[in-house]
Amino acid sequence: MTAVIHASNLTKVFGNSTAVDHISFDVRQGEIFGFLGPNGAGKTTTTRMLTGVIPLDAGTATILGHDIHSEPVLAKQGFGVVPETSNAYTDLTAWQNLMLMGELYGLERTRAEHRSSELLGMVGLLERKDQKVQEYSKGMKQRLILAMALIHEPELLFLDEPTSGLDVQSTQMILSLLRDLNRQGTTIFLTTHNMEEANRLCHRVGIIRGGKMVAIDAPEKLKTAIDRVHKIEVSFDREVSGDALAGLTGVTGANRTGDKWQITTQNKDATIRSLVTFGQQNGAAIVTLNTLAPSLDEAFLRLTQEDKP
Amino acid sequence: MNPAGFFEQVRRAWAIAKKDIRIYYFKGPVLIFGVFMPVFLFLAFFMGSRQLPLSFLISGLVGMTLFFTATAVSPAIFPWEGSAKTLERLASCPITIEAIVLGDMIASILFGIGITVVTVIIGLLLGLSLLHGITLLAAIFLAACCFSAIGMLLAVPPTNVPSNIMMLSSLIKFPLVFISGIFIPLEQMPAWGLALSVCSPLTYFTDLVRYAFTDAHYFPVMIDIAALAVFTVVFTVGTMYLHKRTMPRRM
Ligand SMILES: Nc1ncnc2c1ncn2[C@@H]1O[C@H](COP(=O)(O)OP(=O)(O)OP(=O)(O)O)[C@@H](O)[C@H]1O
Ligand SMILES: [Mg+2]
Repeated sequence: MTAVIHASNLTKVFGNSTAVDHISFDVRQGEIFGFLGPNGAGKTTTTRMLTGVIPLDAGTATILGHDIHSEPVLAKQGFGVVPETSNAYTDLTAWQNLMLMGELYGLERTRAEHRSSELLGMVGLLERKDQKVQEYSKGMKQRLILAMALIHEPELLFLDEPTSGLDVQSTQMILSLLRDLNRQGTTIFLTTHNMEEANRLCHRVGIIRGGKMVAIDAPEKLKTAIDRVHKIEVSFDREVSGDALAGLTGVTGANRTGDKWQITTQNKDATIRSLVTFGQQNGAAIVTLNTLAPSLDEAFLRLTQEDKP
Repeated sequence: MNPAGFFEQVRRAWAIAKKDIRIYYFKGPVLIFGVFMPVFLFLAFFMGSRQLPLSFLISGLVGMTLFFTATAVSPAIFPWEGSAKTLERLASCPITIEAIVLGDMIASILFGIGITVVTVIIGLLLGLSLLHGITLLAAIFLAACCFSAIGMLLAVPPTNVPSNIMMLSSLIKFPLVFISGIFIPLEQMPAWGLALSVCSPLTYFTDLVRYAFTDAHYFPVMIDIAALAVFTVVFTVGTMYLHKRTMPRRM
């Protein structure tokens, strides 16, 4: 798989604090890459460096095969950006904003018009296209900005907290749009604070803390990686002995909670197999069986709080 | 299409200019500094000095009008866009900083030319005779480019507060008007005043306008044009270079 974003030793220093400290990562073609981290971790700074808004203090970034420093125009031609702070021209209408974007990306007028109607329809703003952006609500502005980022059908899309402060409907609309775009082949670099969003949407996530990358992996792997010990919840249709459960292969402990047993184990697979056999041998039917995975929230907290100074 | 090619970038600069025209021509400070100020400054002077001929005064008015209008739009655009965060949008678009500066200059040039042409037409209606029309048009065009580059230079300090830049530019623009042969003919200037005058591009433009209306001029016409052209090139290249350097500090 080819890297659409190749960042190597990306660094940004503000005064005497290092906002982004030699981070390196690749984003592969066709994936949704989630970029997570606590407030002030350096997510926006990284995104701004990758999109050519601020210069790098060290390192290199290659976007779609073009170095962002030496070939900024060619790199920028291939991606779209939804920045952290909303920034359509409020004195212009939605339509005029889209036309301006079309011209800045060098589209033919007819193609720009066609794309604009299509995109405005997609984000539900077609009837209000001739209204000044000043009069838009936050959610409407954000949807317009997404449309502006997509005018030239970019291969790569950067989004910096696109859903922060939006209601459920606007959020869902944006997320399902992102999913559709990705299905059609667009690579997505998504900064977010919403773990649920990252968990459901992203193929891989990178976690940044204090300007350093602390983990990059698929959400499921991150979750399991942080906890060597897994929990399994099981209940039977009749009483079973706790000692018998605790003695099964793979099981390290069994605690009773209400009508269920919470089993701790280091080997989920072996434990589930022995639980099934145990039920058969004792004539006890399994009523529920849940594996309790740590949430991405927990993984995130663990990774971003560990040995904090 | 090569997005980074010269002609493509010029096309994108024109998109920037159209946007500026839509948004910034009608902002209060642009109208106040660009239109009302020179008119009232001139009226005040006109009332006070009856001994100078009308043709001399109108030449001065044309000079002043172009100078104020062509420097009214350009200085404020960067601070405005910086504070509205739309500059960040432009910075992530496939357009060079040079092209953004060029676009802002085009908007500024057209504003200057438009209002100055109206002033000239009013002068003609008042019975003024135009002796060298082509020279006047060439001078207006060249000087509009030069003054809008000066306007962009004034916006180089990376502040995102438009009123700061407006203040700074008034501080520089008013003294220039007084040393440029608008109120005091160059012939009547003391030697030190003349030494200052030759440093001001406005001097050469006013001299050309006087030539166009009265046939009288202080410097040879070709010197006036060459001086304006040199100033234009130097200021344009300079402002593009400086904006490229200060742009990251606006983000
Ligand atoms: N223009 C700037 N000048 C000085 N310091 C800055 C600037 N921009 C960011 N910083 C600092 O860099 C660090 C990283 O900021 P950044 O905005 O990248 O964080 P973030 O991860 O996007 O946070 P959030 O989740 O709050 O958006 C912070 O300590 C911030 O104070
Ligand atoms: Mg941020």
